[in-house]
Amino acid sequence: MLEVRGLHVAVGGTEILRGVDLTVKAGEVHAIMGPNGSGKSTLTQALAGHPAYTVTAGTATYEGKDLLAMKPEERAREGLFLAFQYPVEIRGITNSYFLRSAVNAVRKHRGQEELDPLDFLQVLEEKLKAIGWDDTLMNRPVNEGFSGGEKKRNEILQLAVLEPKLALLDETDSGLDIDALKTVAQAVNKLRAPDRSFVIVTHYQRLLNFITPDVVHVLADGRIVKSGGPELAHELEAKGYDWLRAGAMVS
Amino acid sequence: MVAVERLVEAYRAFAANGASGAPAWLKELRDGAIARFDALGFPTTKQEAWRFTSVAALTETAFDLAHPASRIPQLAEIQPFLLGDGPRLVFVNGFLQRSLSTPFFDGVRLDGLAQALVAAPDLVHQHLSKYAAFTERPFAALNTAFVRDGAFVHVPAKVTVEEPIQVLFLSMPPIATDGARLVAHPRNLIVVEREARATVVETYAALEGGVYWTNAVTEVVAGDGARVDCYRVQRESDRAYHVAVTDVHQGRDSTVNLHAVAFGAALARHDLRGTLAGPGGYLILNGLYLLAGEQHADHHTAIDHAAPHCESHEYFNGVLDGRSHGVFNGRIIVRPGAQKTDSKQTNNNLLLSREAHADSQPQLEIYADDVKCTHGSTVGPLDPKALFYLRSRGIGEAEARRLMTYGFAAEILNRVDVAPLRAQLDQIVRARLAE
Repeated sequence: MLEVRGLHVAVGGTEILRGVDLTVKAGEVHAIMGPNGSGKSTLTQALAGHPAYTVTAGTATYEGKDLLAMKPEERAREGLFLAFQYPVEIRGITNSYFLRSAVNAVRKHRGQEELDPLDFLQVLEEKLKAIGWDDTLMNRPVNEGFSGGEKKRNEILQLAVLEPKLALLDETDSGLDIDALKTVAQAVNKLRAPDRSFVIVTHYQRLLNFITPDVVHVLADGRIVKSGGPELAHELEAKGYDWLRAGAMVS
Repeated sequence: MVAVERLVEAYRAFAANGASGAPAWLKELRDGAIARFDALGFPTTKQEAWRFTSVAALTETAFDLAHPASRIPQLAEIQPFLLGDGPRLVFVNGFLQRSLSTPFFDGVRLDGLAQALVAAPDLVHQHLSKYAAFTERPFAALNTAFVRDGAFVHVPAKVTVEEPIQVLFLSMPPIATDGARLVAHPRNLIVVEREARATVVETYAALEGGVYWTNAVTEVVAGDGARVDCYRVQRESDRAYHVAVTDVHQGRDSTVNLHAVAFGAALARHDLRGTLAGPGGYLILNGLYLLAGEQHADHHTAIDHAAPHCESHEYFNGVLDGRSHGVFNGRIIVRPGAQKTDSKQTNNNLLLSREAHADSQPQLEIYADDVKCTHGSTVGPLDPKALFYLRSRGIGEAEARRLMTYGFAAEILNRVDVAPLRAQLDQIVRARLAE
């Protein structure tokens, strides 16, 4: 599904990622953990194609295609999704109008007929039912005046509606209380599928109590310094990150 | 100044001919107004209120007083401007076209001002020029001098007019033989008495393009406990000049929602003033200007909190493309004794090109101590974070820009409560963004 090799990324002339290797197979859930400033968000933003993140070296292959050659919207249409750490407000546009525009952009790309408002409403209701949520957020302007929890829920709702093949979750857990965290985790679990992969970036282990990853990676100083099974997350919770950082320097 | 002299000369002809049968009070009003205009002359950019807006184009063009169009437009021609079959007054070059209008007099009076001056002179006398002061405003003085026709709406106490009343001003400017252009001075008077309710939609548009000048004044009176919803749509020819004053006077516990949308004209200046004269008044000022090319639009708003416990909310958004220039000046006056005033003002300007320009000036004058007044203004391009957010959802860059720009305008249009008008404005905005 995703094959990242030796990825170097700079922001504003400062190199943040310094040779990331990552292989994600279909249906897998990968967790990327690491201390603040290690480059976790940079990795997801670069993979989603944010123009401020410059890839200076390395490759990223997504379903056999050169991901880095695609515009952000092309990546999305090909099934890549980024749940933002800080979802952005879109003034004056309702959530449902925004979502329909996004769904139709993807459908058009796939050669499918675009959905009219009524058809879309039906699709939306099915999705909401599947993840057990109501439609209270749908007629408000995108993320405007949303609480932190509502913004994160809105990201997951978009994930559900857009049905990506590869979902990148950038600190979706940060700023959530435990109930909101459980709600979001349950929704993600319901969206797990054999043909859908997840890369979950998190600073804390607690999200992984509710979403069990297949692989856990530790990102430190712009490189993945350790990979392991779900037990690695617990080890990090107990020991912190410093022992790995020191190790990275030695190697 | 040649231009002033030409207009004063035109006034003499008007007073001697078309206006000669007017009642004494009206003659006096007109004479006083032209004298005031003569004294003030055209404003210059040296004056604070005109710092960002030059009216040189008006002084350099010869204008003749508009005369009735050589032909009356067909209903089919005006259909695109109409909002269904509701009550309406249609004016062409400033003159009421009865064949296209639906005046009525059954308690509620909807008629041309010229006719109302004959049929209900006391009512007109009671209100005309009592709100739109012209002592310091040359264009209001000029309009008052040439007062002749426009919309007259009177809703008696406790009466509700359910359907929106549409007032449509169309220009069909033939070029005069000597090359002079036409100027019309529409004058509207909307009186909604105690506990009455009405909605009025005022539209300025061109049936045929070209250079002309509209110099309009609208006075709105909301009696105690009344509710008035006023919509104003300026979609003049892109070569036209549009200068306007809207003055609203509110009684105790009244509610006024005043919406002003400007799409057209090469040069537009609109002064809006709301006076909250009785306690418990509520005023919403909701505005949008959408400019492109070389267009210039200036909105000067003033909200006068003259009584305690009043609330005013003002939202103006500007979308500026090409080399256009948007000016917003928002003045809030809280008079001594106007305690518990709650006033909020925002002006946001979206710049779609590097050459577009916006000037935004809040102006707070607060003479009471127990009040809540806030203001905020922004000028800037589309938010790159939001742009990336939309693109990351599969929406192409051009479409994402259109969507965000539309959303910026929709913030204002979403407050429009008249469904067919909302649809009409939506269509105009979408067409403009598709260009």
